Amino acid sequence: MISYVGQRLLSLILSLIVASVVIFTVIEVIPGDPAAFMLGVNARPDTLEALRDQIGLNDPLLVRYFAWVTGMLTGDFGTSWTYKVPVADLVADRIWVSLPLALYALILSTLIAFPAGIIAAARRGGLGDVSIMGATQLGVAIPNFWFAMILVLIFAIKLRWFSAGGFAGWDDPFMALKSLTLPAIALALPQAAILARIMRSSLLDMLGEDFIRSARAKGLTRRQALWRHAVRNALIPVLTIIGLQFSFLLAGGIIIEQVFFLPGLGRLIFQSISARDLIVVESVVMLLVFVVIMVNFAVDLAYAMVDPRLRTKA
Amino acid sequence: MSRSIFIGGALSAVFLTLAGVSFVYTPYDIETFEIANKLQTPSATHWLGTDHFGRDILSMIMMGARTSIAVAVLAVGIGVCAGIPLGLLAAARRGTLLDEVIMRGNDLVFAFPSLVIAILITAVFGPSAINAIIAIGIFNIPVFARLSRGAALPIWERDFILAARVAGKSSLRISAEHILPNITNLMIVQGTIQFSLGILAEAALSYIGLGAQPPTASWGRMLADAQTLTSIAPHTALIPGLAIVFMVLGLNLLGDGLRDWLDPRLRRTRA
Repeated sequence: MISYVGQRLLSLILSLIVASVVIFTVIEVIPGDPAAFMLGVNARPDTLEALRDQIGLNDPLLVRYFAWVTGMLTGDFGTSWTYKVPVADLVADRIWVSLPLALYALILSTLIAFPAGIIAAARRGGLGDVSIMGATQLGVAIPNFWFAMILVLIFAIKLRWFSAGGFAGWDDPFMALKSLTLPAIALALPQAAILARIMRSSLLDMLGEDFIRSARAKGLTRRQALWRHAVRNALIPVLTIIGLQFSFLLAGGIIIEQVFFLPGLGRLIFQSISARDLIVVESVVMLLVFVVIMVNFAVDLAYAMVDPRLRTKA
Repeated sequence: MSRSIFIGGALSAVFLTLAGVSFVYTPYDIETFEIANKLQTPSATHWLGTDHFGRDILSMIMMGARTSIAVAVLAVGIGVCAGIPLGLLAAARRGTLLDEVIMRGNDLVFAFPSLVIAILITAVFGPSAINAIIAIGIFNIPVFARLSRGAALPIWERDFILAARVAGKSSLRISAEHILPNITNLMIVQGTIQFSLGILAEAALSYIGLGAQPPTASWGRMLADAQTLTSIAPHTALIPGLAIVFMVLGLNLLGDGLRDWLDPRLRRTRA
């Protein structure tokens, strides 16, 4: 187990290094001058020079890269060019929209997918299975931002149950959750469809195993064998997918935040892109990648804890 | 052949035909604005109605199908052309440092949140269909690399590969002449699935303004334009969305059906 963790840790660090190099390269090295990009085509040469100096563009590449990385390691994400405040402050405000949204969607998706997958597997080939599988086909085909628009049309514009967008703030937790409800549903739907399919196929694999036959032979009913033995084992692959989905939900929230005008990380990235505030874009993207890689790492470890065979194989 | 191949194939064929026909004919010119006719509901003159500039939505859907399909096909092409050779190479040199490097590189790309990186790429290089293709295509590479390596490994153990080696063929030649034909089915199935994911990704990128730029029509862009109009002209939001859903549904059904049809083992075990 220790060597497994060590190996995963090494690849985690390597991933983070490569990720930071890629993001740094994409933003800073390729075509043109970031200062010119930030100020637009009509900038005067002396203004450009002043900005270059201010954000350290006149330093050699390696110096800039290490300044950026060491800054982030100490919690200094740089200072936004447009907002004139530390990027860390901007992120701290918005993470309280994006993170709860991703979690909310993850919970919804799990709550829908587990029963759906289990029912479909337990009644394989039956009406329940066929209709659930049909629904999941539809679920993966629907773009979440379009589903979001439809939800707004029905529940905000026609029925007026929810507001069409905006965020109420956490002062009133109920209102805050309410304003995240439609976005979370929109975000959760395709994920729930994928998860339900995986739950079903994983469970079907388990139901064909010998230990289920043994369980039935010792007198358990089909239902007991399903719940006590199959579901538990089927959860192992499902766990991985849930981990992957969390990172997807966090990143996928970017588009949903646009639909609902939610002041989250996604909108921050967009506003920074249109304001050409590259420092914010760079650091927020790195932060998202960091979270995704960390979650994947945690999933790998959890996986190894549940399934000892993986430790020896790796 | 199963029902899903038939339904999926038919749905996909409809959109391919729409896209193909749009090269020679669309009911109206989508670059002329007829503001007087804006936001009309579907009628005999405009089968699917008009948008906020008075453009014919059916014509826009046809041109949009072209954009979606072109972007998705090219993005899958990037994945196939770079991913399969990488995967075959890793399988041919299995257990070596090269294999390790290729596979760890794959894991790394998988670990990136693809949407964020796609946004980054299109934001830095400027929004355009080409950059959308590259951004989506990059994330197709590890998919095909991993799948082709995994499929190639068991084939390397087979007797006819041993025979080819005895005959003096190099491992690269064996990969191209014996391994590749044996994994083609699997790649076609995965290609269909990545194609549908590409359609969705293109729609998402152009919805947030980072895909094909006007005047090029695209379904995602139509949805973005329709967003503020949903309450007064719901059809402007419903129709492009349904086009995406049916296209993706068709491709997914086709992929599922092909998988069952091309892999006889699955045909027997699936109930």
